[in-house]
Amino acid sequence: MLKDKDRIFKNLYGDQTFSLSNALNRGDWKNTNEIISKGKDWIINEIKKSELRGRGGAGFPTGMKWSFAPKDPDPQRPHYLVINADESEPGTCKDRDILRYEPQKLIEGSLISAFAVGAKTCYVYIRGEYVNEGKILQEAINEAYKKNLIGKNASGTGWDFDMYVHFGAGAYICGEETALLESLEGNKGQPRLKPPFPALVGLYGCPTIVNNVETIAVVPSILKRGAEWFASFGRPKNRGTKIFCISGNVVNPCNVEEEMSIPLRELIETHAGGVVGGWDNLQAVIPGGSSMPLLPKKVCDNILMDFDSLIDAKSGMGTAGIVVIDKSQDIVSCISRISRFYKHESCGQCTPCREGSGWLWRMMERINKGESEIHEIDMLLDVTKQIEGHTICAFGEAAAWPVQGLLRHFKQEMEEKCSNLANRKIA
Amino acid sequence: MSKKKSAVMPLLYLAQKQNNNWIPLAAIKLIADTLNTTYIKVYEIATFYSMYNLAPVGKYFVQVCTTTPCMIRGSGKIVDTCKKIISKKQGELNQDLNSSWIEVECLGACVNAPMVQINNDYFEDLTDKKAEEIFKGFKEGRLPRFGSQSGRKGSEPTSNRTTLLKNA
Repeated sequence: MLKDKDRIFKNLYGDQTFSLSNALNRGDWKNTNEIISKGKDWIINEIKKSELRGRGGAGFPTGMKWSFAPKDPDPQRPHYLVINADESEPGTCKDRDILRYEPQKLIEGSLISAFAVGAKTCYVYIRGEYVNEGKILQEAINEAYKKNLIGKNASGTGWDFDMYVHFGAGAYICGEETALLESLEGNKGQPRLKPPFPALVGLYGCPTIVNNVETIAVVPSILKRGAEWFASFGRPKNRGTKIFCISGNVVNPCNVEEEMSIPLRELIETHAGGVVGGWDNLQAVIPGGSSMPLLPKKVCDNILMDFDSLIDAKSGMGTAGIVVIDKSQDIVSCISRISRFYKHESCGQCTPCREGSGWLWRMMERINKGESEIHEIDMLLDVTKQIEGHTICAFGEAAAWPVQGLLRHFKQEMEEKCSNLANRKIA
Repeated sequence: MSKKKSAVMPLLYLAQKQNNNWIPLAAIKLIADTLNTTYIKVYEIATFYSMYNLAPVGKYFVQVCTTTPCMIRGSGKIVDTCKKIISKKQGELNQDLNSSWIEVECLGACVNAPMVQINNDYFEDLTDKKAEEIFKGFKEGRLPRFGSQSGRKGSEPTSNRTTLLKNA
């Protein structure tokens, strides 16, 4: 188990208020000036050495992403740093706790990251429902301005830095980075074709680096304590600590910061009080937010929670939103509800996703109610394959994968529901 | 590139705030004029994003999260309570309580499930009984303190906390 002294988010549970004075006591804004004086290349190199991977779901190496920002900024095209706080993936509620309890970590991280990618302006795109969290962040930003931690000559570094909060309005798709940029520009949140990637052509056509809240918030701690410290946790290429959200059928649902590559079973049993009714009552786990395929109990017994281990198990780490499903739940209903989520949230730009996500949901509902013929189960797989890979953004995969995971591991349960129909017909 | 258009979402929020939590067409036209853009451009933003209410809602506007993590923890019972106390069909105004309710997708408070959002505030760790109490309080204009209704801090485990013990 990770020791408390190695936890980055010391106020994860809101034991103290979010005020600047408390944050200073916890070590925020210590030596920020010194870190920035070491220069962009040093910062980017340290982040590369720490092997930090993006915490928003895709797990892209952060240092590498930053190095894509043009080295010599064109004065006509300012660089932007955009922070993705549009946390909407079912099962995920980690960024919310950073926003409301550790906002200074995010602000400090923003200044350092913005300096590293040559940006003087930062926009935080926060989901519209997080009204109170957004207010807290704004108050924290105001406090930081007052102490000149950000603003003109931020923290005495000679770098000017401004930070703005922008509220979304209830669209899951705006968590996709190019949809988020469209939304910031005042359009419908519909993803853009890539390339060009935002690092070259992003917000208002200018180079833009988009990072998740958690990614940015861990940056100051990595630079202060050293890349080696961060890289001492987890397996190679899966380094560091991570906030896990454990929800569903566990005794004590909670958020907890733990070491990467921790075994799933240990994570659930140590911190969340175990599965309701004991480990043997476990049916399945969705390991990384709703879009990641579920894992049946026999895989959960030994799986490690990191990017590569979960890919090997044909799932993914995603946002590390762990949804535990015990045997009292109807697994087909659980996934059908996820299909309804994707049907509701499809932005409607690409036909395979707009139409296909609705098909998936209706077919799942029919199977769930036992109104389907058995051959429709294979047809369902075919529909997922028609969506996956045929859309502009990864939403297509996100809609298809949970259903594919169900088909991979719980086909028998689906067939049983369908065979009830066959029996009824004979009778 | 003009950044003026970026103001469309904040302006829609402002209009909604000034008009009892919903946006009439007249406001959309005014926003379009203010931003030198067309009416349809603003209208399509207002319809794309689910948080802009284009029809009147109750003074106490209840949004129940029913996505899988909440569903597993019993959001179905919260929906039943809404039906019992507020209105049989979602979106219908209960004049007596000055309230309406709808089902929404994940509100991002999954470890505190089940939960509802009432206007700007989250009410978490609910039971059907607790929800009933809250909804009935609308009549006297009474709302409990927002956040967890079981008394836990943020998203800590309800019992047997294992981390950050020095702060607790």
